[in-house]
Amino acid sequence: MPTQEEIFKKVSATLVEALNVDEDEISPSSTLNGDLGAESIDFLDIVFRLEREFGIKIPRNELFPEAIFQGDADFVKDGKVTPKGLQELREKMPFADLSSFEKNPEATDLSELFTVDLIARYIAGKLQAK
Amino acid sequence: MRWIWIDRFEEFEPGKRARAVRNLSHAEDHFADHFPGWPVMPASLMIEGLAQTGGILVGEANDFREKVVLAKVVRATFHREMMPGETLHYDVELQHMAPEGASVAGRVFVDGELVGEAEIFFAHLDQSRSKQMFGDHNFVFSGQLKHMLDMARKVIKPAEATPASA
Repeated sequence: MPTQEEIFKKVSATLVEALNVDEDEISPSSTLNGDLGAESIDFLDIVFRLEREFGIKIPRNELFPEAIFQGDADFVKDGKVTPKGLQELREKMPFADLSSFEKNPEATDLSELFTVDLIARYIAGKLQAK
Repeated sequence: MRWIWIDRFEEFEPGKRARAVRNLSHAEDHFADHFPGWPVMPASLMIEGLAQTGGILVGEANDFREKVVLAKVVRATFHREMMPGETLHYDVELQHMAPEGASVAGRVFVDGELVGEAEIFFAHLDQSRSKQMFGDHNFVFSGQLKHMLDMARKVIKPAEATPASA
């Protein structure tokens, strides 16, 4: 089992390749979308590379659950994620750090949950379960 | 206009790799402008050639049910200029295949010399959404492109790896 730091390094290298960013632009708190400029097709590219790099299978919608909040009034109300929505997030994304998001759960900030650190934690969980 | 940037397949291993040939002719219109007095094959059209080779490889793997569209050129490098009279070989390997899309590694050779490389990512256009936009008809593999593979089946000798369904 690689250390958390080894996983982070490999994840960084993967993002360098997929997004054509410099390694020194990447920190654990970098957001894929906002900081590193990832677009929707890049997420699929990243999933492919992570599968190859770590020898794991990443089922559709597990690391990047696209449909989680689409049009569900129970989960989002007036632009905010409801308590039920937060519960759903905790269940579907146990690897996400929701501590600061929970304080002001604006639905538009959901994309900021997707950080380099989130991927590293997800991978660590997958490798442990292997 | 016929948007075909490969001449024919030379090799085709379903779900694995494909090799297509492209002969550069001075009669092609783009050589007049790219560049006047110095005809150079545009790199973008070589990427298109690799993408057509790879796109058919990816499409064939799903029996042409998916609408395979070029989604991203991850990287592309060309090591020298290619001129009329040269014969390019587009060598493409399938790297990854998933329900949502596929990636391929492509290389361009002239007389065995590696002259270009590109990594290309294809998306399978979302079925439901593309149906709304384009109907059931698979516009990607409508005629010309798929016909390339039919031609390959006629040209390539059976011993040299032809599509299994040939």
